[in-house]
Amino acid sequence: MRYDIVIIGGGPAGLSAAIAAYDAGCRSILILERDVQLGGILNQCIHNGFGLHTFGEELTGPEYAARYITQALDRKIEYKLNTMVLSISEDKHITAVNREEGLIEIDARAIILTMGCRERSRGALNIPGYRPAGIYSAGTAQRLVNMEGFMPGRRVVILGSGDIGLIMARRMTLEGAKVLVVAELLPYSGGLKRNIVQCLNDFDIPLKLSHTVVNIEGKERVSGITIAEVGPDRKPIPGTEIHYDCDTLLLSCGLIPENELSRGMGVDISPVTNGPVVDESLQTSIPGVFAAGNVLHVHDLVDYVSEEAAAAGRAAVRYLSQGETAERHEIPVTFEGGIRYTVPASIDPKLVADDLVLRFRVGGVMKKRVVKLLLDGDAVLTRKRPVMAPGEMEELKLTKDMLDAHPSLTRIHITVEEA
Amino acid sequence: MYDIIIIGAGVTGCAVARYLSRYEGRMLVLEKAEDVCCGTSKANSAIVHAGFDAAHGSLMAKMNLEGNLMMPQLAKDLDFAFKMNGSLVVCMSEEDLPKLRALYENGVKNGVKELEIVDAKRLHELEPNVSKNAVAALWAPTGGIVCPFNLTIALAENAFDNGVEFQFNTEVTGFTWEDGYWTIHTNHGDFESRYVINAAGVYSDVLHNMVSTRKLHITPRRGDYCLLDKNTGSFVSHTIFQLPGKLGKGVLVSPTVHGNTIVGPTAIDIEDREGTNTTAEGLNDLIEKAGATVENLPIRQTITSFAGLRAHEDHHEFVIGEAEGAQQFIDCAGIESPGLTSSPAIGLHVSELMRNLMGLKEKEHFIATRRGVLDPKTLSKEDYQKLIREKPAYGQIICRCEQVTEGEILDAIHRPLGAKSLDGVKRRTRAGMGRCQAGFCSPRVMEILARELHVEQSEITKCGGASRLIVGTNKDKLGEVQDK
Repeated sequence: MRYDIVIIGGGPAGLSAAIAAYDAGCRSILILERDVQLGGILNQCIHNGFGLHTFGEELTGPEYAARYITQALDRKIEYKLNTMVLSISEDKHITAVNREEGLIEIDARAIILTMGCRERSRGALNIPGYRPAGIYSAGTAQRLVNMEGFMPGRRVVILGSGDIGLIMARRMTLEGAKVLVVAELLPYSGGLKRNIVQCLNDFDIPLKLSHTVVNIEGKERVSGITIAEVGPDRKPIPGTEIHYDCDTLLLSCGLIPENELSRGMGVDISPVTNGPVVDESLQTSIPGVFAAGNVLHVHDLVDYVSEEAAAAGRAAVRYLSQGETAERHEIPVTFEGGIRYTVPASIDPKLVADDLVLRFRVGGVMKKRVVKLLLDGDAVLTRKRPVMAPGEMEELKLTKDMLDAHPSLTRIHITVEEA
Repeated sequence: MYDIIIIGAGVTGCAVARYLSRYEGRMLVLEKAEDVCCGTSKANSAIVHAGFDAAHGSLMAKMNLEGNLMMPQLAKDLDFAFKMNGSLVVCMSEEDLPKLRALYENGVKNGVKELEIVDAKRLHELEPNVSKNAVAALWAPTGGIVCPFNLTIALAENAFDNGVEFQFNTEVTGFTWEDGYWTIHTNHGDFESRYVINAAGVYSDVLHNMVSTRKLHITPRRGDYCLLDKNTGSFVSHTIFQLPGKLGKGVLVSPTVHGNTIVGPTAIDIEDREGTNTTAEGLNDLIEKAGATVENLPIRQTITSFAGLRAHEDHHEFVIGEAEGAQQFIDCAGIESPGLTSSPAIGLHVSELMRNLMGLKEKEHFIATRRGVLDPKTLSKEDYQKLIREKPAYGQIICRCEQVTEGEILDAIHRPLGAKSLDGVKRRTRAGMGRCQAGFCSPRVMEILARELHVEQSEITKCGGASRLIVGTNKDKLGEVQDK
């Protein structure tokens, strides 16, 4: 099999990339999806709040996904469900498998990586205690409750205040469970402010910042959880333990981009984002291989995933028509003032086709800041930010006009300063 | 009336059952858990020790060496993962060199072949990630690594294929000796047998002390472990032991047969025979110690941590044979490390003991081999394609991280002594054993188990007993729980 563009993953990023690539003129597109339907994790996100930026209205996850699925179907974009990609070679040969066709070998001219992310597990957190039933990642519990109608537990402690954890605190409550507490290791929440208000405060669920789980009790099923306050070194402070009788521990302690396939094919991975290092075209270290969405870096809103993936779709089509650019003059995007990373990590101004969105996150909560985008020292963009938090993604739009005004650009720099 | 009842379906009990199944007779294995391999056998270093460590002249030393020699052929016969990767005991200071030398000499006396003391240069050639401060090492090329789950499961399945019965969820509560046979009292009624073999792991002293005049004492010695992501698989290629020295008894860093890296164990004596909980102190201690012999241990790549209990007998020796004052009651007690390595030798040794005691006759049609769960990853592309055409379930990946197909899970459920729980499937197929730790696949495996075992999904457990994964359906108790 041969396709111009193969998209790995049919979630929001993959769908948006496919639609944008189609609209940019490509007619040989294949989406490979491992689940039973298109739409990815959105299908289990039955709460609303999706699509405000994209559609100007509040949709549920499945509704948001359906809009993109409809667009993909209208364009008759090909896709395979229940199909797992086993490996991808550096020269873009894909081996996948499903029931009907068995092993499938596909050669792609361009690949867009949109595999999404997974949740950090209990093991990766090294939480001590027993290993009974009743410990779930928030997303697994979300699938059980929202898609299968099963209650994973009755009395719940949640570790981590990531958005899925907050959403699940509310969901479990609405379905008849008692959520006793949400404990967060950090002194601030990793989730969106609106989720703290709507999912915890509105239901009188306490959020304990600077707390972590120090023991899991129960040999067969969880019977109790002990949390404790942590000091500035994030180590538990003896004597601060609080015990909860409960049958369930949900974990919402961060998302990890799923880049096993990317690593397998030799794509360079950023140790900060755990996603591929990409340039202005969202192209990875392998020419013709692009990445977008949560596989690239974990997003806070799906609207931005769609926007980013559409850019990757268009870039893939440009790559198909122009081929590999021999002469590249990548300028690394540098930063200071608490920024952890930027996507893209580098920009070749000559290759910027549209206005370019620079996305980044900061490492801690900061108040009254000014973000500046500097091209060769000129502040081309200045934005006041009353509050910046690690849970919310920041973005700056670098326009073609700004770049055109700096024809001999050598430095792209972002600063976060006190106002 | 059984001829022989074996108590405990860990690696020792299953090995004894397997070697005994070469003989005629009615035999039964009683196990308190819901599956084989649920105690110490599932939570250990998964090492096939070369045999230089156990004191020369001990039964432990003899069984270790014999077990080590038997393992390669057994792995072929019973189709479980085994690799002779070699082990290195790393010596960190000049002053400890005499201890390394003594270990070498003990090994030679025990009959371990190819032992060699290597200098720092050779050591770092063999293992580049060993600490730069290491001065020498004992190299044992005959050391190996094994899948402890499939070793145990393979022994059990093969015993079953040869007619040994298994009864799970059955806990022994006492014994009565009368008219030349034992009545074994359990939570599921009484069982009668001419002979009893006690392979009850950390409970083997409890059972022994119910019948014997000479008391045994076993201390559950907890070992905490961290298992690292497969992307660390090439971090070390040998099993790296620390020479017991100034830092006390060390911990090992080893590849596993599946390509992970394992780090452990601690050694913490506890009271609770069910105390398989890790502790923060244990894990911190482990991480600190492991870092002493290797450079830049990628401990942040930990995908799970766990603890197992060694059945440490006070004299640190295997207790194998008829219990004093309790005829026809045979102990296999105090089987701690190197118990996994020794298990085939113990099985063979005990089966020969029983043949002599009981005059057992060899079976005419003993089935000496067993095939494991077919892993399509081991097939050529052509053969895999053919398999999917015949059995499409092999084209459906259920566990993404370990790329386990529905076909393998169905095999694990429907084979003899098949999986009944999530952990049962995991130990047989590795579904859920990868980096996401069953986050994605557990709902799907639960669904398959419920469908295949014809039970409600709410009945499916993690590991039997009260370990239910689901407690009800949405809104079924709305109001009740919150008002409490």
